[in-house]
Amino acid sequence: MNPAPAHTPGGYAFGFMDEFAKKEIRRKILKAIAIPGYQVPYSSREMPMARGFGTGGLQLTLSLIGVDDTLKVIDQGSDESVNAVNIRNFIAHTCQGVAFTTRTTEATLIQTRHRIPEFPLQQHQILVLQVPYPDALVVVEPSEAKRKIMHGEADYARLWVKLYEDIVKFSEVTISHRYPTKIAGHYVIDPSPIPRYDVPKLHQSKALLLFGAGREKKIYAVPPFTDAEPLSFTDKPFRVESFHDEHGQRRRCSRCGSPNSFLDEVVCDDGGKLYQCSDSDYCNAMTASGGSADE
Amino acid sequence: MNKVLEVSALTRIYGRGCEECLLVTGADRATNLCSRCGSVVAANAASFELFEGETLGIMGESGSGKSTLVKMLYFDEQPTAGSATYFDQGNTYDLFRLNSARQRWIRNHKFGMVYQNAHVGLNFEVSAGGNIAERLLMCDQLDYGQVRQRARELLKRTDVFPERMDESPRSFSGGMQQRVQIARALATNPPLLFLDEVTTGLDLTVQAKILDLILEIQQQHRISMIVVTHDLGVVRLLASRTIVMKFGQVVEMGLTDQILEDPQHAYTQSLVSSAL
Repeated sequence: MNPAPAHTPGGYAFGFMDEFAKKEIRRKILKAIAIPGYQVPYSSREMPMARGFGTGGLQLTLSLIGVDDTLKVIDQGSDESVNAVNIRNFIAHTCQGVAFTTRTTEATLIQTRHRIPEFPLQQHQILVLQVPYPDALVVVEPSEAKRKIMHGEADYARLWVKLYEDIVKFSEVTISHRYPTKIAGHYVIDPSPIPRYDVPKLHQSKALLLFGAGREKKIYAVPPFTDAEPLSFTDKPFRVESFHDEHGQRRRCSRCGSPNSFLDEVVCDDGGKLYQCSDSDYCNAMTASGGSADE
Repeated sequence: MNKVLEVSALTRIYGRGCEECLLVTGADRATNLCSRCGSVVAANAASFELFEGETLGIMGESGSGKSTLVKMLYFDEQPTAGSATYFDQGNTYDLFRLNSARQRWIRNHKFGMVYQNAHVGLNFEVSAGGNIAERLLMCDQLDYGQVRQRARELLKRTDVFPERMDESPRSFSGGMQQRVQIARALATNPPLLFLDEVTTGLDLTVQAKILDLILEIQQQHRISMIVVTHDLGVVRLLASRTIVMKFGQVVEMGLTDQILEDPQHAYTQSLVSSAL
């Protein structure tokens, strides 16, 4: 028999979902890790928030979290964005005893939306990404049955044609986020709407990366130390966003001064532009250390 | 001569199918509809061989199963029964017993297909160059410059202005679309090419140009070809050997000249006499 779940004062089971649901999701996570990049279908549960707001990531987090975990929740790099705050409040309410942090380095479990933290993740950490559209092939093939066969046979020619057409029209690949990435030499994944800047972080990551799509009912994974290769032509190498100004100088964060981070462009009241780290924890840490650039 | 393809008793039944399907249909029964179970027998135990550098014509009226035959060989359709063996550089492939990934590999690397309707053979949502590039990308040629260069060469080869390679084939004339299809089919230098009614519906001068092009390619590269058509002129021009199909069955097979000058089967006789 299962041990009786600890209940919260609100009457919810620890982790909100029942133990069988969590067990099923953990099983699907194991399968996803065993087949890097393969989208494992699972029975996505109803969550007390609308699908499309991170229910897939939330279900992964709730299935994995234990009382000795330290959780960080990020939305677009920030701990204080509305999606992050709501999810953190919900987990605090339903997972009594779990510690929270905003520091990447202290967290054991990180749920994120649209960004991978600037600080390199470590082996004891798990990163959970919220995914709106799990299938990279959806732009070229509407039928899921056909997409499954295409994935099975690693038939990505039509995705390549899309890249080709992009270069023909715009002289470069115009995909800004959700950049199709080949995992362990076979499956191509949609790495969720992270910017190109974060795609190289998937490659040989020390931490386990899990992707949950609640609405599309799919879980997939990039296990630690796995190859992740963004699709690109041999003579048109993949490149990340450029943060250089008109003089060819790399822009610095206007708050912490870091010359290495992914920057958000903020339009000020006077029409001017301000550049600031998108990762708030990183920016805070840099500010605290006296604005010195990390190397 | 080396054999390239050996097709034996290839059968395709649309519908439930029963034991008698093949017995109660065919040229002698003058139907392809099974009187017992109502299934349509599109191909009824068709057998033939194809040799290296040879062009084989498949002739017959519409509904005789000639298109179904090449579609099966190109893996567009699954056969109900029968087998096809493909011989290539000392390797033997039992086509319909390969798994789908191997079938796709053969189709991409070894076969080429030109359809009657360019809508089937081309993707109008991407440029003409993109359509050709797709074939190359399928074969893991992932250098943008080389892919483009090859697409340009092929379009030049098939008399399409390379300047228009970045336009959608939608804006091309029917003859040009057909030439883009041929360029696409040739992209990977396949040893075996299927042509399904390539000139049907085009005006005569364009027909002649496309047939010229096909002849030229065939003679330069010694490609083996299967040409499906109901046009006796096309068969006479391209094919050295011809098979005649009716209601899914092969009713006559032989040298094209022989078949056109001295048809043996009653159906072929009427076909030839009605055309001349």
